[in-house]
Amino acid sequence: MTTRYSRHELFLGSEAQAEINKASVIIIGAGALGSASSEMLARAGIGRVTIVDRDYVELSNLQRQQLYTEEDARNQMPKAIAAKTRLRQINSDIIINSFIEDVNGQNVEELIKNHSVIVDATDNFETSLVVNDAAVKHGIPYLFGACVGSYGLTYPIIPTDTPCLNCLLDHLPMDGMTCDRVGVISPIVQIIAAQQVTHVLKILSGKKLSPMLQSMDIWENEKAEINVTQLRKQNCPTCGEQPTYPFLLIENQLKTDVLCGRDAVQLRPGLRSDTFSLPRLLKRVENYVTNPVLNRYLLSCNIDDYRIVFFNDGRAIIHGTNEAKKAREIYNRLIQFY
Amino acid sequence: MSITLNGKDVSLQSGVDTVDKLLSHYQLENRIVIIEVNKVIILKENYKTTSLSHGDVVEIIHFVGGG
Ligand SMILES: [Zn+2]
Repeated sequence: MTTRYSRHELFLGSEAQAEINKASVIIIGAGALGSASSEMLARAGIGRVTIVDRDYVELSNLQRQQLYTEEDARNQMPKAIAAKTRLRQINSDIIINSFIEDVNGQNVEELIKNHSVIVDATDNFETSLVVNDAAVKHGIPYLFGACVGSYGLTYPIIPTDTPCLNCLLDHLPMDGMTCDRVGVISPIVQIIAAQQVTHVLKILSGKKLSPMLQSMDIWENEKAEINVTQLRKQNCPTCGEQPTYPFLLIENQLKTDVLCGRDAVQLRPGLRSDTFSLPRLLKRVENYVTNPVLNRYLLSCNIDDYRIVFFNDGRAIIHGTNEAKKAREIYNRLIQFY
Repeated sequence: MSITLNGKDVSLQSGVDTVDKLLSHYQLENRIVIIEVNKVIILKENYKTTSLSHGDVVEIIHFVGGG
């Protein structure tokens, strides 16, 4: 056989390959994981591949983000555009759509609809929870994946079948550990993306996936897997009996405003905080902060080189940075204890 | 005592005898983790009261946000 997909047809069967050619897969994020999975999916012949990313290519991406070139970095090309250009060179038989957008509760449903599978390649947990809500609401399988350092994990969310991502968590989302702080090596990216793509191929071949949370540390050569069936929550706000899809609601999203010229960022949490108590917060974070000051209006304290001021309504101002991402990280490091 | 942790045999120093202490030992106490002892997932409210015994098979998976 000399056809383009002959090796696939030999392994998966030509019926499965026909399903793959008919399928449409959306990849949320075109960083390291998204580069790796979208290339595999395009080569596999997924009929329509959609890429969404809010970022542009930088030199420090090239160590692991396989779709991009030095020229893309020099031109600061949006990743969504650079990815589309490269994927087209790889497979001109398929449709490739790309969007330069920040995925959030307002646009996620429009983005994912009319797709057969969603692949997670976001760089933060909060967005994964937004996508989880939309995936469950629209009944589309969602393949969670994340990695940092030499460690990564995957989990397939099959609506009505497996517990959702929200069932697995009983914390606020936190993004304290990101690539910027601890780095990442490309082999773990490849492994996690490979696992996600394997899940895509299995779904499209009609195989049933079990609710298996899997992790791997390629440096330590360590693996773990846990069947999480028992973590399904009847009252889960995403996949339970009376879903509210909390991460799709605008008021539930943490908003950041960089305060110009003040080296400070304001954060407004979305969750209603009628019961937010500053004394309680102080008690919980006491051991992690220095110079705490509490009055009836605010709690102010230091952590590392930053000063963070919490207000009664749950709002906070972080001094010592003008980066929203950094501010979020500091905020989450403390608020997780509340 | 020694346990099998994520597929590897590890010996725990004395005092590390509950799920709670095991997570602190690996500095995972402030992370989002799913932990299984002998194929049973331990809920967070039971971390302190779930003791570990020699030969236990433990799997720990923690969540990260990068990609
Ligand atoms: Zn759920």
